[in-house]
Amino acid sequence: MADKTITLKVARYRPGQDPAPTLQTYTIPYRQDWVVLDALNHIKDQVDGTLSYRWSCRMGVCGSCGMMVNGVPKLTCAAFLRDYHPREIRVEPLANFPVIRDLVVDITDFLDKLKRVKPWLIRKLEKPIAEGEYLQKPQELEAYKQFTQCINCMLCYSACPVYGLEPEFLGPAAIALGYRYNLDSRDQGREERQPVLGAHDGVWQCTFVGECSEVCPKHVDPAAAIQRSKVEAAKDWVKAVLLPWGQR
Amino acid sequence: MAEKKTIEPLWWALFSAGGVVAAFLVPIHIFIFGFAVPLGWLADTGAIYRHVWVKLYLFVLIALPLYHWAHRFYFTVNDMHLGVPRKPLALLCYGGAVVGTLVTAWVLLRI
Amino acid sequence: MTGTRPDKSKLYYPKMTPTWWLKRPNYILFMLREFSSVFIAVFLVVFLIQICQLTRGPEAYADFSQRLGSPGWITFHVVALLFALYHSITWFYSSAIVLPMRIGETEIPRNRVVALNLALLAVVSFVVLLLFISLQG
Repeated sequence: MADKTITLKVARYRPGQDPAPTLQTYTIPYRQDWVVLDALNHIKDQVDGTLSYRWSCRMGVCGSCGMMVNGVPKLTCAAFLRDYHPREIRVEPLANFPVIRDLVVDITDFLDKLKRVKPWLIRKLEKPIAEGEYLQKPQELEAYKQFTQCINCMLCYSACPVYGLEPEFLGPAAIALGYRYNLDSRDQGREERQPVLGAHDGVWQCTFVGECSEVCPKHVDPAAAIQRSKVEAAKDWVKAVLLPWGQR
Repeated sequence: MAEKKTIEPLWWALFSAGGVVAAFLVPIHIFIFGFAVPLGWLADTGAIYRHVWVKLYLFVLIALPLYHWAHRFYFTVNDMHLGVPRKPLALLCYGGAVVGTLVTAWVLLRI
Repeated sequence: MTGTRPDKSKLYYPKMTPTWWLKRPNYILFMLREFSSVFIAVFLVVFLIQICQLTRGPEAYADFSQRLGSPGWITFHVVALLFALYHSITWFYSSAIVLPMRIGETEIPRNRVVALNLALLAVVSFVVLLLFISLQG
């Protein structure tokens, strides 16, 4: 194979030294079957060991390697060089998150928001083990299955302009996961999630740009989850207004 | 459970209702009143306004999409990060829609 | 949760500029969709003002209508109609997502829901047009 090359412009940021990220140019071998993550690994192994970035499974299930590739949030293990070559590729840290170093962003805000929606099965009363498992029909599983596919990669937060403009917004993945548990027939925690989802910085800040669903690598469709959550939150609001004594 | 009550669901519901009305009814009305009548393709004697149900229809047609505009415009101006202060903007938008509703009712009752 | 949190004083906080929506085609389309609501509102206000002319007599109403035939107003209405149709189409797509339609257990594909809504738009428009014509006398 001819010695083809490809140019990557990679964001570098040294905390405490640089005022802002800058782009550093690397020209590396071009391989037909490489993804951007392979390119970054080549840079780190052979060219510049100081480059920092997160990655793990390299097959699109761990959600670690999300970065901006030519301005679009992508899993770098799923972005093939051949889709860009011979144009140069710009790799930057995930948008809308503070940058710790180079391509590594601070995800604590997302993790805090995820915890707030209580993404686990909530039961008013746990069934004793002796009574057996919680049964669920295939149709009941279908109702929420799509929203279980989230790998917490945060591409949706990078695509969401509202999260960028209003950092207190709960965000697509957190809302979609709260919705996933609300839809789960085994769950009884909807009331507990309601104050978080139905707050101003919950579903109501979303203006349905829809870009979150466009970039989601697992086809979770968080935009749909949020809009449907708005319907549920509106219903809850009507009930709270008409029945202030909290009949359930 | 003491939760901070937000009034947003109300604006969102009105926004949705207005959006439906606008989606299905506004295009043909623009065609009729913006082109067909001014250019002489159709006659408009003003006789339609004699019917009460026409007035009710027009109230819904005009008032509801104003809430659609108010909610969307409020969020859009905020999203453009132009530094417009929120409370006055909210008053302009949602207050404007309410005023528009009252004016619409007043006009339709007077003709 | 154990583990260190990053030193906040050394984090770089990216800022969003007011022109953020010009950076991606989908963001521009989003802004156009949002602005369609302005044109719809302006049209309805102009329409309300026209209706209000009836309080000054049928000649005032007809006069106003005739003035809408000027090139400036026609241009406005062309633009308003385009925006109104863009609102309709994007609204149908949105409503297919917000309230998915089902026949029994299967969800109707979104494109089909949009097509059904467009057909309904055509029918409703036709009915309104017929009513307008038939109520003239």
